[in-house]
Amino acid sequence: MDGLRTTLSFFVDPLKYLVDLPTVLLGQISDSATTYRTLKSENESLREEQLVHQTKLLKFAALEKENIRLRALLENSFKLGEQVLVAELLSVNMAPYEHIVVVNKGTRFGVHSQQPVLDANGVVGQVFRALPFTSEIMLITDPNHAIPVQVNRNGLLTIAVGSGQLNRLVLPFLPSNADIRPGDLLITSGLGGTFPQGYPVAVVDEFTSQPNKAFATITATPKAMLDRNRELMIVWSKSIPVPLISKPVGNEAGSNNNEAK
Amino acid sequence: MRLNNYVGFFRITLTLVLAMCLRIAPWPPEIAIFNPDWVLLVLIYWSLVIPDRVGIFHAWIFGLLTDVLTGRLLGQYALAYSLIIYICLKLHKRLRQFPFLQQALFIFFCLLLSQLLLFFIKNLQHPAQLKASFWLPVFTGTLSWPLVYGLLGFVSLFRRIK
Repeated sequence: MDGLRTTLSFFVDPLKYLVDLPTVLLGQISDSATTYRTLKSENESLREEQLVHQTKLLKFAALEKENIRLRALLENSFKLGEQVLVAELLSVNMAPYEHIVVVNKGTRFGVHSQQPVLDANGVVGQVFRALPFTSEIMLITDPNHAIPVQVNRNGLLTIAVGSGQLNRLVLPFLPSNADIRPGDLLITSGLGGTFPQGYPVAVVDEFTSQPNKAFATITATPKAMLDRNRELMIVWSKSIPVPLISKPVGNEAGSNNNEAK
Repeated sequence: MRLNNYVGFFRITLTLVLAMCLRIAPWPPEIAIFNPDWVLLVLIYWSLVIPDRVGIFHAWIFGLLTDVLTGRLLGQYALAYSLIIYICLKLHKRLRQFPFLQQALFIFFCLLLSQLLLFFIKNLQHPAQLKASFWLPVFTGTLSWPLVYGLLGFVSLFRRIK
């Protein structure tokens, strides 16, 4: 069945690019019409931003090493290292009611289904179906989507379910006395295996508990700009954990083996 | 004659491709819920005007393509379109005699039947998730039938002159 879909997509996918063409052209026209001054100011602000990010990354490298060392002390393996591919959104409307978007990278770039998709601010969704030239991405706000999350403040685990509105997630499985309050950051918990651990998902904006109900009504706003971004990042997470035994030991074992041979 | 056949085939395919483009056009979400099933409207038109050319096979193929295009369960549009086009082929002689309003009423029931089929299939997958606005394309589709009829009438007239 998937083979048939892939074959048919060779005929159909050009249409998606065709429909997307006016948007691309409009974007290019508005790009070429910007003045020198706006470009210069944008360039300056971007350079500043990059400087800030790089300074943060300097610290991040040290923290990562420290984290690995601490994990090693706890005898716990640590997953790290993710590869990303930037994909651009095609402005195509697949079906109303469903938050499924189409991007211009497909299996030809090695995209496969159930890959996590991020943008600069947080988790966007996951690859729902990969075709040769395009792939369909289900946003976290789709009513059929659920993402395992964790409250960043205290590590409380729960599941965030899409609500069907672009700016809202629902947390339906928390009891009324759960330690969660408006303003809490929700990050991916890494459970379920689809999303890598530690990426921001949403910020809790409302917590109401009714005495006659077992579960509280909690809503959250996604961090990612789901309706504004045209560039998304498709992530490959390396599933090989960093070895706890440091490298020299491994080499020694190898040389011992050679000697035995 | 043979060339004319090819030209006709090209025109029919082109109109269907345009309908498919309209199907996935990036309307804002408030308007997208009104977006009618253009592919079905065009298929109905051709099956009424040239039933010897456009039949169930066309409906099935373009149904499958629409399934892939909109990322649905493979075969749901193929099923709905083939069924509707079968009914149209059975009734095309009578429908040509009908006054315009009566024709529009027939189109309304065709679109309703197709949407009903899609509704059943959708409900089998994820029960009770569809809103009432799911049925809006049936009404807008009926309202845009005169438009399709007029535009494609122009296209087919053009073909006959050539």
